[in-house]
Amino acid sequence: MVIDMSKCLEQQEKGKCKQCMDACHREHNVPNFGENIKEEMKWIWQESYEHVFPSQHNEFIAEEVKEKPFIALCNHCENPPCCRVCPTQSTWRREDGVVMMDLHRCIGCRFCMAACPFGSRSFNWGDPRKAPKELNPDFPTNMNYPTRSKGVVEKCNFCDERLGVGKIPACVEACQNIKVHALHFGDLNDPGSEIRKLLQSRYSVRRKAELGTEPKVYYLI
Amino acid sequence: MLERALKGSPGYWKLLISLLVVMSAGVICYLMQFSEGLKITGMSRDISWGLYIAQFTYLVGIAAGGVMVVLPYYIHDYKAFGRITILGEFLAIAAVIMCLLFIFVDIGNPVRMLNVILYPSPRSILFWDMIVLNGYLFLNIIVGWNVLAAERKGVQYKKWVKFLAYVSIPWAFSIHTVTAFLYAGIPGRHLWITAIMAARFLASAFAAGPALLLLLCLLVRKISNFDPGKEQLKTLAGIITYAMILNCFFLLLEIFTAFYSGIPEHQSSLVYLYAGLDGHARLVPWMWTSVFFCIAALVLLIIPALRRNETTLVLGCVSVFIGTWIDKGVGLVIGGFIPNPFHKVIEYMPTVPEIIICLAIWATGFFVLTILFKIAISIKEEVGVTSH
Repeated sequence: MVIDMSKCLEQQEKGKCKQCMDACHREHNVPNFGENIKEEMKWIWQESYEHVFPSQHNEFIAEEVKEKPFIALCNHCENPPCCRVCPTQSTWRREDGVVMMDLHRCIGCRFCMAACPFGSRSFNWGDPRKAPKELNPDFPTNMNYPTRSKGVVEKCNFCDERLGVGKIPACVEACQNIKVHALHFGDLNDPGSEIRKLLQSRYSVRRKAELGTEPKVYYLI
Repeated sequence: MLERALKGSPGYWKLLISLLVVMSAGVICYLMQFSEGLKITGMSRDISWGLYIAQFTYLVGIAAGGVMVVLPYYIHDYKAFGRITILGEFLAIAAVIMCLLFIFVDIGNPVRMLNVILYPSPRSILFWDMIVLNGYLFLNIIVGWNVLAAERKGVQYKKWVKFLAYVSIPWAFSIHTVTAFLYAGIPGRHLWITAIMAARFLASAFAAGPALLLLLCLLVRKISNFDPGKEQLKTLAGIITYAMILNCFFLLLEIFTAFYSGIPEHQSSLVYLYAGLDGHARLVPWMWTSVFFCIAALVLLIIPALRRNETTLVLGCVSVFIGTWIDKGVGLVIGGFIPNPFHKVIEYMPTVPEIIICLAIWATGFFVLTILFKIAISIKEEVGVTSH
């Protein structure tokens, strides 16, 4: 995935754009816990630049960049520490590069959460169906996607359920629907793909690339 | 031999019943956790392991520490420890049982627990930890039980028992090495990713395990006719002293590397633990309490006159236990999660049910320990190992 941050931030200037996040969380029945950060669940969300790229931060960085909300999600690493540590192979990397999660096998040991250097994994501390009703009036939002039981870890799956039927991930589609085109999804191994061309044409960064996990989410600056 | 656990003084029964009360309180809290989920604990997406895993880590050390009486006896033929190897082995059994219980209560989906065996994953350190911990438990049960049975009959234990005793020695090192690898192989958690982690774990284990054992020996001497022996206690005190010096030395090595190199990621967790970070300092009083007890332990143990004096030796061992418990049973695990991957400080505070479950597991360990020690001591009294 490639995230064109200049387009994304431009759209956010116009108003607090949350289209990709809403689309994802509705697609996957991710409950909203509001201010309760202890039980918070999220697959794709915003953090300020200094938190998404903590080692890039410097004291004279332009104020406008420092506080800017960047998009964070699972990086679908090529060398994922979460999969390495899982004692039940409940999370694994598919041949096409999507890091998957078997919600029916996970025992909830949370070793993957400790191992992920990106804080991309959420744990169902309680039953997601018991999430506050006032914040989740129409939960579950997608009857075609399972809700989870308590005690399992979950995260972004690059919409494998949509990829399987030839659709693009819900977040990317939501971004296209509002004609912003900040999110791009494609095959990094295909030199002719749109995202490879984007990466050729612009300067890109990845989160914590120095850890060697080979994140597959690129940020165009 | 088990029937010896059923005959005891009123004090013995009172102890068992009070432990059972704590255990039942824990069962009630656990049932609550089982139905509500881990949200009844203080853990969060940022501090995804808390007191449970921290206690587990500490107790692996207590279990491994038992080997410090087994090793000199079997490898160095240090006969004096023959008297107390059984106590070391039984302490290890109780500690491993606590470890397994702490893992169990930490699991979000305990009914799926067997998936670890159904889908064996040799790339996961947790898989290996399960193997070494269960293996160590069985080794200690088999060796301890057979050695004690032989002692009761007044015969030498069988050759295969001795073989298993030898196996249990490197095995004890393995349980704490593998447990350290749970932490030391994770990219992005800078407090944990240090090559010296396993060495630190072993040093604190070989200080804390024998310190607890020494305290238990003194207790046994006080309430029964079995005397673990003066020389045994003296040697044990020496072992604790060396291990505690190494433990503190290793901690200082970490601090040197983090602060002399000046790499911020390596410093931030330590800064959080000992000084507070971004205005958050919940663990600072705990960590300085740990420092205080570690220094007190070193003073009480290193000065020969204080080490030989039983009162100050007891104080020294208690200091070792508290100092290492805070360092490993609180600071190391929780500090590793702070700051989080976004370099934000989200703190952790265990809840009351979480603490009760922890206390109940400790009570379960002491329940098992009391029964095992009762059996061992009854037999020692019968065969007349009562005076030095």
